[in-house]
Amino acid sequence: MAKTTRRGFLKVAGAAAIGLGARPVLDAIASRVPQAVPVPPAPALTARRWAMVVDTRRCLRERGCRECVAACHSKHNVPDFGNPKDEVKWIWKEDFEHAFPDEGHEFQAAELRGQDMLLLCNHCDSPPCVRVCPTQATWRRESDGLVMMDMHRCIGCRYCMAACPYGSRSFNWRDPRTHIARIDETYPTRTRGVVEKCTFCEERLSRGLMPACVEACPARAMAFGDLEDAGSEVRVLLASHVSIRRRQGLGTQPEVYYLV
Amino acid sequence: MYDAKYIVPGLALFLGIVTLPLWYNPLAGRTDQPPVLEYPEGQCVVAKPLMKGQHMQILNAWRNEVVREDSRYYVHPDGTTREKSLTGTCLGCHEDKAEFCDRCHDYAGVKPYCFDCHIVPEGK
Amino acid sequence: MLEKAFTGSPRYWAWIAALLALIGIGFIFWVKQMIFGLTITGLSRDVTWGLYIAQLTFLVGVAASAVMVVLPYYLHDYKGFGKLTILGEFLAIPAVIMCMAFVFVDMGQPMRILNVFLHPTPSSVMFWDTVVLFGYLVLNIVISRVTFDAEKKGIAPPRWIKPVIMLSIPWAISIHTVTAFLYQGLPARHFWLTAIMAPRFLASAFAAGPSILILLVILVRKLTRFDPGRAPVLKLSEIATYAMLANCFFILMEVFTAFYSGIPGHMDHFRFLFLGHEGLSMFVPWMMRISVGLAVVALVLLLVPRFRKDDRTLVLACLAVIASIWIDKGIGLMTGGFVPTTTHRYVDYVPTFDEWMITLMVYGVGALILTGLYKIAISVRALVDPWQEEPGRPAA
Repeated sequence: MAKTTRRGFLKVAGAAAIGLGARPVLDAIASRVPQAVPVPPAPALTARRWAMVVDTRRCLRERGCRECVAACHSKHNVPDFGNPKDEVKWIWKEDFEHAFPDEGHEFQAAELRGQDMLLLCNHCDSPPCVRVCPTQATWRRESDGLVMMDMHRCIGCRYCMAACPYGSRSFNWRDPRTHIARIDETYPTRTRGVVEKCTFCEERLSRGLMPACVEACPARAMAFGDLEDAGSEVRVLLASHVSIRRRQGLGTQPEVYYLV
Repeated sequence: MYDAKYIVPGLALFLGIVTLPLWYNPLAGRTDQPPVLEYPEGQCVVAKPLMKGQHMQILNAWRNEVVREDSRYYVHPDGTTREKSLTGTCLGCHEDKAEFCDRCHDYAGVKPYCFDCHIVPEGK
Repeated sequence: MLEKAFTGSPRYWAWIAALLALIGIGFIFWVKQMIFGLTITGLSRDVTWGLYIAQLTFLVGVAASAVMVVLPYYLHDYKGFGKLTILGEFLAIPAVIMCMAFVFVDMGQPMRILNVFLHPTPSSVMFWDTVVLFGYLVLNIVISRVTFDAEKKGIAPPRWIKPVIMLSIPWAISIHTVTAFLYQGLPARHFWLTAIMAPRFLASAFAAGPSILILLVILVRKLTRFDPGRAPVLKLSEIATYAMLANCFFILMEVFTAFYSGIPGHMDHFRFLFLGHEGLSMFVPWMMRISVGLAVVALVLLLVPRFRKDDRTLVLACLAVIASIWIDKGIGLMTGGFVPTTTHRYVDYVPTFDEWMITLMVYGVGALILTGLYKIAISVRALVDPWQEEPGRPAA
């Protein structure tokens, strides 16, 4: 009979304990609800490559319009902390010089300089944020090109925020619940410690609705459609107007276009 | 045994502390039983015993299916197509969270953090 | 062997008590952070990494620098480092643990840390960073345990440990390269998007790490009877000198590229780091200016042989190297990367008091582990080799 030392016995006991603990874990993973094929109540909006075209010339700057921001932030329970440090924003306005830092010059046309640029997540085709996320809490949906966000998996490392060339992402530095004016009960809030961003209203698209900002704009300055559909509004606009994208040279292939 | 006068009482104390969950409540006269819940009309997503034991796993599966696989709908046992939604579907039938969900959770001493984000509609 | 950490002089226990007090106080602030969130730090939507990740970056370098002692001894038979390898490895272990601790306190949802392993993402450098850091920790624990155990018994270590030690050498280089990749692969941040980031990291690591080791050896020499001799310390100081020269050279290369090309996107970060911006705190510019000053002092003290060989000036040189690199690779690297922002805005980042306290807590934990490990090393050495002979020198 082989001699066992106390240490050897403890090693085997530890391995056995780990082995015994494996079964409940495997059971939990294995159980799922079996499903018949469901019939969705409303047909979803689908596309092969969603894109947005923002006609900046139509944006109502003089009236201080913030309808798109208000619509998005209220429908998605985005908190307002009142200070730039903790700020969470999915869509916002910048002037031309800050939205396109490499494009401005001294003798820019006054109307361009004074115009509002609408900034949001660009849902890039080659997103650096997706590349760097260590848990795949953010990923690019192959079916329609949206850059998705899974708040359940996000560990709050903020690598995606460092990687985003557009500053599109926000982090919940504190509990957002206390600073939401009116909670919309049809959409969850987030908890502190996760990153969030514009989702191109993915939940509305699945119900056949256009993104909230596009619908809310009183000047109809935003178009949203399928780039792979040659007849879509976005393709028509891009073919007939001058358009630019933010920081195009970085190769991220952003899908938000600006008509200037 | 060396130092028996320290070891034996020490062992007894350790065993007492470690088995605290077993004898504390009966000794204090608390004989709580798991709460008896009231159920609304209609069928649930799966049969009651399965739901009782596995609603956590079911919700996790729903979570992954809705968020990551864009599979938002399921066929309810009564034949209708419904949304996989904690706030919408689950709380749609089990309207009072405090009466239904919290009673068992409090008894079992668990604090699911789902509701940190997912909204409990007003008045529930 | 571990029991050696639990016996000691009153002075030893006073030091342990002080560390535990520091950790305890910092822990309270960490609990505050867990309750209120990372809002208690100075971080903001635009500057999302700061003091914590700065420490991670610096300490990965310190951990990697153990290779500077292991490589000459095992690969090139430089016997002079024979007594030092264990001290180098026992420095690497708490350094890696502190790295992981700093990531942990920086995360928004630390309880979900296992998601990194449950959902591995080969495209993510951060995933690889966790993998290589864990691997390095395991490597160092195994190597130090096996070699030191053998030394204690007075026998040669088992032959299988040799390839493991050989593996630790490129692994050490890799942990710091992967950490550099965290930064140098991001198209968003022009300050970081430079091929020289990894070489710069390695050079600064091989300057700061050996400097810390020199200080620890001198401290140990003062407090105990352990004395590895003058030759290894001198050799380490030479390594630190060349590494510091390389580090400063690489930084000057960056400055040249930025300012000779005249590209505003590149120059603006340097301008902000040293000149600040109107309306913002001058905390970072002053730290950077001090860093440069300390680097100059360090180079003078290291390059002049008379200063390098004198223990008193060597200590000053090491402190200057460590402080200069800690600032430059820490707060300088973080703030420089984020400011000006992607929309070319200038944003303040000043670490808050809470942030410093949590940082000190982690450093306290590292110091505690380091103290325990060094106590073990020295106590066992005192048993094995009571005369503390310098290798190659006959006993007195």
